[in-house]
Amino acid sequence: MSAPYENFPELLAQESDSDLFENAPNGYLLCMPDGTIIRANRTLLTWTGHDAKDLIGERFQNLLATGDRIFYETHYAPLLRMQGGVREIAVELTCADGSKLPILANSIMTFDANGLPMIIRTSIFGAIHRREYERELFLAKEQAEASKEQAKALAQTLQESLMPPSAPQMGRVEVGTAFHPAGNGSEIGGDFYDFFETATGDWSVVIGDVGGKGAAAAAITALARYSIRAAAITSADPATALGLLNDSLLISPTHKLCTAIYGRLQQESDSAHFRFAVAGHPLPLLVKSTREVIAVGQPGMLLGAFDNFNAATSEVTLTPGDSLVMFTDGITEARINNDFFEEGRVRTFLSNNAHLSAIELASQLADEVLNFQGGFAKDDLAVVVFHLS
Amino acid sequence: MPITQRNNVVISGKPDGPAIVFSHGFGCDQNMWRFVAPEFEDQYKVVLFDHVGSGKSDLGSYDADKYASLSGYAADIVEILEELDLTKVIFVGHSVSSMIGVLAAQSAPERINRLVLVGPSPRYINDENYVGGFSPDDIDGLLDSLSSNFLGWSSAMAPVIIGNPDRPQLGAELTESFCRTDPAIAAQFARATFLSDNRADLIDLRQPTLILQCADDIIAPLEVGQFLHEQIPNSTLVNMKATGHCPNLSHPEETVASIKNYLQAANAV
Repeated sequence: MSAPYENFPELLAQESDSDLFENAPNGYLLCMPDGTIIRANRTLLTWTGHDAKDLIGERFQNLLATGDRIFYETHYAPLLRMQGGVREIAVELTCADGSKLPILANSIMTFDANGLPMIIRTSIFGAIHRREYERELFLAKEQAEASKEQAKALAQTLQESLMPPSAPQMGRVEVGTAFHPAGNGSEIGGDFYDFFETATGDWSVVIGDVGGKGAAAAAITALARYSIRAAAITSADPATALGLLNDSLLISPTHKLCTAIYGRLQQESDSAHFRFAVAGHPLPLLVKSTREVIAVGQPGMLLGAFDNFNAATSEVTLTPGDSLVMFTDGITEARINNDFFEEGRVRTFLSNNAHLSAIELASQLADEVLNFQGGFAKDDLAVVVFHLS
Repeated sequence: MPITQRNNVVISGKPDGPAIVFSHGFGCDQNMWRFVAPEFEDQYKVVLFDHVGSGKSDLGSYDADKYASLSGYAADIVEILEELDLTKVIFVGHSVSSMIGVLAAQSAPERINRLVLVGPSPRYINDENYVGGFSPDDIDGLLDSLSSNFLGWSSAMAPVIIGNPDRPQLGAELTESFCRTDPAIAAQFARATFLSDNRADLIDLRQPTLILQCADDIIAPLEVGQFLHEQIPNSTLVNMKATGHCPNLSHPEETVASIKNYLQAANAV
């Protein structure tokens, strides 16, 4: 096989060191330590359009735009002096015709026998396209960061507007609520509850759980809250109102499943009646003043799934000292390893704490479930408690 | 955190000698005094430090509001002098540290009793009847320059002896980039420096002051040195042969000699 490598010595012999310098693929400058140019190669003269006589004796830094000159004095020159070299400095050279040539420069300082600066050797690389590309990237990065800030602000605003309201005063019925979003709260979840009056003293309550997290779930959560308010005006019957909510969910282009309890609270002289319907949601628990805990209502169907939705309206009466506790499955499904909190633990907790106020009962149940999970909620959890004192 | 740690204070020289404090300017850190400060160690207690945001100072102490103006930096200097319990200090300030020193000297006259200003300027942007040297566009150009350059120095580059044969170990030491700071801080320090105007602070300066004016310094041109000499009551102006803005690095012998001559003359009085 022929060996072209044998020609190496001959090829090299044809290259002269001075040609290697003059016609290098990069510009080359030799300068005094104060920046005075003492030699410039042909490549640089060609790139800048300068004559040798214009450059020799001029200072390198005087060829730079003013901002770059300040940078040279305050960074480039000190670094070169202190470390003996700089690399990849991006500046712009002024050409003979006044135009600016973006370059990258490497410089090294040579030292004499006494260790004092002797000559600066500078390689210059044209960087028009690279600098353009960098500028575009920089702009894109700035735009991306601005969009990110905007999105974050939007998400926060949305999150705040969808947070469940604080508990109102409902006559003699004390209301307590607790809410804990999943994870670190940066994503909107699907748990919700709401309180509203259809007439003075005529209170409606809804608690629900939309499947999933994020923007789609948030949209359905909002839809559910507004639809049930409208439904409550149309029909005083909770089961019918839930049927109207089901219709709204079915019409919505975003398809999500939802569970809920909706009911209306009526107060008598020394009791309170809650008429309600359940749609696939964990049943409310009545906590008697005797510490007995009873599930009330009938399970019903999931919302947002079927045309032939139906639910049953039930009624529960609270006498003084009783509490009614409603919650989302973030409570019962909470788990650590393979151990779920489950309804059993909920009942035990409520029975042991039947004497507490609504606010205390709601928040302590939520805390109990959070601690059970090691402080980190994998799913939203929500609790609503009525207590008749 | 102790002030000495916050500002990476380094003390050398004569423990019981008169104190001389060297303050670096915009761009790098106390290593700018590498060829000058050691020349004072036989006679003085030499104090070097880094401004917060530069060198090995504690970046966590950087506060954008405090350091938006030079008075934030001046307050730090007074704190350093208080922590070290120094009085009658000679303050040597390079570049923007000149004005920082002027402010510090006025707020703590018992701590600083003499100033040496190297390449000083009270205002960098031109004004009516005042030549600072720059237009606002020029300062924008500097900010562009700063944002285009990270100054990462690869430690893989062969260490080079930096011109002090008496101290060969310096080559191995210098693998960090002394002029690299957090880009956001660098931009803010640039603004605080180049948008500053301390012309009104000069007339009230009581302490005797040496102004070292470089030849051909675009950052502190001859007109500015002249202006400072006219404004500062008890000032001496020395025109150096050194060119450029950093004579402490490029012409250390002349810088050292100029300062020593001045101090000797002052003591002889």
